[in-house]
Amino acid sequence: MKRDYPYNNFNPRDAGFRCGLEIHQQLDTEKKLFCHCPAGVYSDEYNAQLLRHMRPTLSELGEYDGTALMEFKTRKDIIYRINKDSACTYETDDTPPFPINKQAVDIAIEIALLLNCSIVGELHVIRKQYLDGSIPAGFQRTAIVGVNGWIPFKNRKIEIFQLAIEEDACREVSDVGHLRTYTTDRLAMPLIEVVTAPHIYEPEEAYEVGMQIGRLLRAMGKVRRGIGSVRQDVNVSIEGGTRVEIKGVPRLPLIPRLVYFEAYRQHRLLQLREMMHERGIEEDNLQTERFDITGRLEHPAITVFPDESFIVSVLLLKKMAGLFAHKIGPDRRFADDVAGRVRVIACLIHRPVILHTDDTSSSAFSHRDMNEILSVTGMKKDDLAVVVWGPPDDVVTGLNEIEIRCREAAVGIPNETRQRMTTGETDFERILPGPDRMYPDTDSPPLVIPRDHVAEIRKKLPEQPLDREKRYKKQGLPDHLTWMMAISPRAVLFDRLVSEGKIEPVLAATVLVELMIHLFRLGGEPETFGDDDLENLFTQHRQGSFTREGFRMLIEESAQTGSRNWTELTAKIGIRRVKPDEVKSIITDAASTVAGVNPMDEAQKFRMAMGLVMEKLRGSVPGTELAQMVKETLKPD
Amino acid sequence: MSKKSNSGYKGAALSVLKNFDVNVWGDVRITTSDGEFSGIILPRSEIADDRHVVLKLTTGYNIGLEVGTIEEIEEHGSKEAHYKIPEKEFPFDPVKPNVVLLGTGGTIASRLDYRSGAVIPAFSPGELYGAVPELADICNLKTDKLYGVFSENITPEHWSGTAEAIKREVDNGADGIVIGHGTDTMHYTAAALSFMVKSTPVPIVMVGSQRSSDRPSSDAALNLINATWTAAYSDIAEVMVCMFGPTSDEYALLHRGTRVRKMHSSYRSTFRTIGDTPIARVSGGEINLIKKDYRRRNPETPLELDTVFDDRVSIVYYYPNMQPDIIDSLVDNGYKGIVIAGTGLGHVNKPLYPSLKRACDSGVHIFMTVETLWGYVQMYVYDTGRDIMELGVVPGANMLPEVAYVKLGWVLGHTHDREKVAEMMLTPYAGEITERETIDGYLIMQGGLPEMEKFLKNIHF
Ligand SMILES: [Zn+2]
Repeated sequence: MKRDYPYNNFNPRDAGFRCGLEIHQQLDTEKKLFCHCPAGVYSDEYNAQLLRHMRPTLSELGEYDGTALMEFKTRKDIIYRINKDSACTYETDDTPPFPINKQAVDIAIEIALLLNCSIVGELHVIRKQYLDGSIPAGFQRTAIVGVNGWIPFKNRKIEIFQLAIEEDACREVSDVGHLRTYTTDRLAMPLIEVVTAPHIYEPEEAYEVGMQIGRLLRAMGKVRRGIGSVRQDVNVSIEGGTRVEIKGVPRLPLIPRLVYFEAYRQHRLLQLREMMHERGIEEDNLQTERFDITGRLEHPAITVFPDESFIVSVLLLKKMAGLFAHKIGPDRRFADDVAGRVRVIACLIHRPVILHTDDTSSSAFSHRDMNEILSVTGMKKDDLAVVVWGPPDDVVTGLNEIEIRCREAAVGIPNETRQRMTTGETDFERILPGPDRMYPDTDSPPLVIPRDHVAEIRKKLPEQPLDREKRYKKQGLPDHLTWMMAISPRAVLFDRLVSEGKIEPVLAATVLVELMIHLFRLGGEPETFGDDDLENLFTQHRQGSFTREGFRMLIEESAQTGSRNWTELTAKIGIRRVKPDEVKSIITDAASTVAGVNPMDEAQKFRMAMGLVMEKLRGSVPGTELAQMVKETLKPD
Repeated sequence: MSKKSNSGYKGAALSVLKNFDVNVWGDVRITTSDGEFSGIILPRSEIADDRHVVLKLTTGYNIGLEVGTIEEIEEHGSKEAHYKIPEKEFPFDPVKPNVVLLGTGGTIASRLDYRSGAVIPAFSPGELYGAVPELADICNLKTDKLYGVFSENITPEHWSGTAEAIKREVDNGADGIVIGHGTDTMHYTAAALSFMVKSTPVPIVMVGSQRSSDRPSSDAALNLINATWTAAYSDIAEVMVCMFGPTSDEYALLHRGTRVRKMHSSYRSTFRTIGDTPIARVSGGEINLIKKDYRRRNPETPLELDTVFDDRVSIVYYYPNMQPDIIDSLVDNGYKGIVIAGTGLGHVNKPLYPSLKRACDSGVHIFMTVETLWGYVQMYVYDTGRDIMELGVVPGANMLPEVAYVKLGWVLGHTHDREKVAEMMLTPYAGEITERETIDGYLIMQGGLPEMEKFLKNIHF
């Protein structure tokens, strides 16, 4: 996609952009976190279906949580699909938790140590409420393993706020109106959540920090790979704004654009607030009025529902004219933010969700409808009217929500989580939950993490990337390769190849890092090359089957054919052992071809002759040797 | 030293808190050899060790810090939690029926207790209205907290006390009674009330929850709504248990108090009617009858109590190689009634015979039930059965063992006359013995069969 920002000269840094990441990474364990179901068994097949509703409850400190109430307003029927091979009665919340998976805890401790965290003395399992139904119990079991860590980034440290171990949530199948469907295979899989401090000041850096943490995690080799095994939430705020969380971004490269435009949205919402204040609109004095207008409008978005039970209502927002058209993104206006809220909370399934009198697009009201609205509401020139239609209960919820959202606009930026739409925009997902939704899991006793156990794990930690980087520098790797090699999952293989003294470090790192990145850019899958495959490849090179140049040819060919049989592949692409006589004759032939071409200077002649020779001998004879021989041959007698 | 408590802390952990002069709920910064931690000191479970201090971080998470690593604690203030369910006055509507909720304990409405880490019950119309506002659409609610005990601690005194409270409330004009009860022994109490409340003009509905109401997926609210609806509007003037039918949030079943049993340690749908069908199902303000033979609501019916109980009764769950001293010790300890849950049709091994005979001869009343739970005792089929009856053991038809136990205590409260006890035990007073078992009374489906797979896939189980 073409990069469509900077937009409107907006510079996030000037606006006080701050960003933090929450990286969720599944751990590679045999079993799930609190039950004995196998981990990582995914299927869309299901054996049974379960129906639940989620009710807000009291939190530990006594108050109802804001999100909780919001979700209950949505009155969703939640269906869980259960495959009996991947979920048991723990996942359905009909059996209490079994003791926490020690293998998972140990991996989490190891990662926390790699991220320089302090490890807690005692693990306390906490229930984090999720009323969206993504967990049948209505809460996720989660526990802090480490806090106050950091990772090196460029010339500074990015703080790791905390690392928690937790159970994964369900995968959503669909969400339409009042019915949401989930599948439970991923539910309760062990994962860690790494939370960075909001120390990222550029959208691009959010991507880079994410990459760096991701590489660190993968390099230790005990985390799951593949689709859905890692997901990131991104927190974004600007000066004067509020922390907004973009949830579940599946791929890191998507992050910079998302956070850029989220910062822009916040910037524009702050301007909207000023506009409201200039008109004298504050949170507590927004004036509204509601009218029934059922059966009186001819707008096709409304009349397409001939449902007798549907009602149509108008909400009059005094002095708000024009504000719904206020732009908050390249393709979004404030009305879209309001509509997103109504869509989620009132569960209205039709699109557009609302209609309003600021609209000048193709979905604007006709003259007749405008007159109708005017006569029903008596609206003035500086008023705005919003029309909501659907089942009566949902319409009331919708009208309430529009009022709430407009009042919030007079305060600033609502605390919310947003989801990425397929269009690349974000839209409202839910109110950002606060710490109030956390309470102790009375089903799980605290787990003591003995200090000597932590010391034991620390002793066995893989070498820290920073130390490794220093070592690689000493071994003579060029700067652009040291860090990449230090955090690569191939570092162990690299050390093995180099320690045997037979492979030169720069060659090994070039193949293991640069060539793999090259392959990835071509659309290949580097992770499908096992360490054994690559080790064999190096062995063959050492035995003289092919030259340095051969690596790229062989790996490209291998990626294309799927074969890892290097002997066959070398033969296939024409790399062979060539007798000195044949080399000589190829060079002589080339020299005479070049001699027939005039006029050329020495350098041109050399390049042309080399081209001809390499065409026949690339990979078979080292290029440096050939160059030497070609030079010799071309030398005027 | 501050007067505030350091609840739950002891030993080394308590010393550390004292040394730094900080208390539970203190907003602190703790410096440890592992780094700094900020948060609120939480109370600690009394059963936990004395090596850790529990801290609630600003993110809402709790962590434990090893006391040996703590170097410094600085307190900035304190933030005590107030365990309060938003309380709103329960509205009164003169046209709505009056329902009284009697509380005995359990988790029908609850909140968390830090010290034990357990869930403690919460109870008042205001609190309930705050937590389950739907109740106000159903009835005028009055509550009376009779007891606050976990259901394993229920005794016959609680049964008779509850029965008396029911009479008091019904005489005062209640249109229905709901009884909140822990689920573990709910079926014992249901049986006891079935016998002790000999007749009632209004429904008496027992209810509880399998998932405490502090969690979003709790069954408590729905059970309470369904039970209250049943008490307010149903035509069934009996003692019933109202709990989830399936584990899905779909409907509740109304089980007769003498045929119901808790059948799973943790499922929401744990209560099942054994050897019969439930009386009805309830959901969304609708009661769909399954059975026709039940006692009808009738304001003319007087509420009659009969709360006597002789608690010198016991249940013996038979197992192979049971030794006679089990029976002997009961007799020697003054027990007057024994219910045996025997194998198959109602059998025990031969070595027990002399002890059973001695027991019966000394005036102990022994009744046979079956540990298969489903089916009738039939002691004529095999010689062993006839031999056991000859010793004086009386077959208890298809009474559930727990129900027979409760009933025997109740009967012995009336008489110890051998014939009279047997006659009363074999007379059904509240549906505890059925004349026949219908073909849908025994349905334990087995997974894996194609028809069950189909059922599970299509019906919210
Ligand atoms: Zn499981």
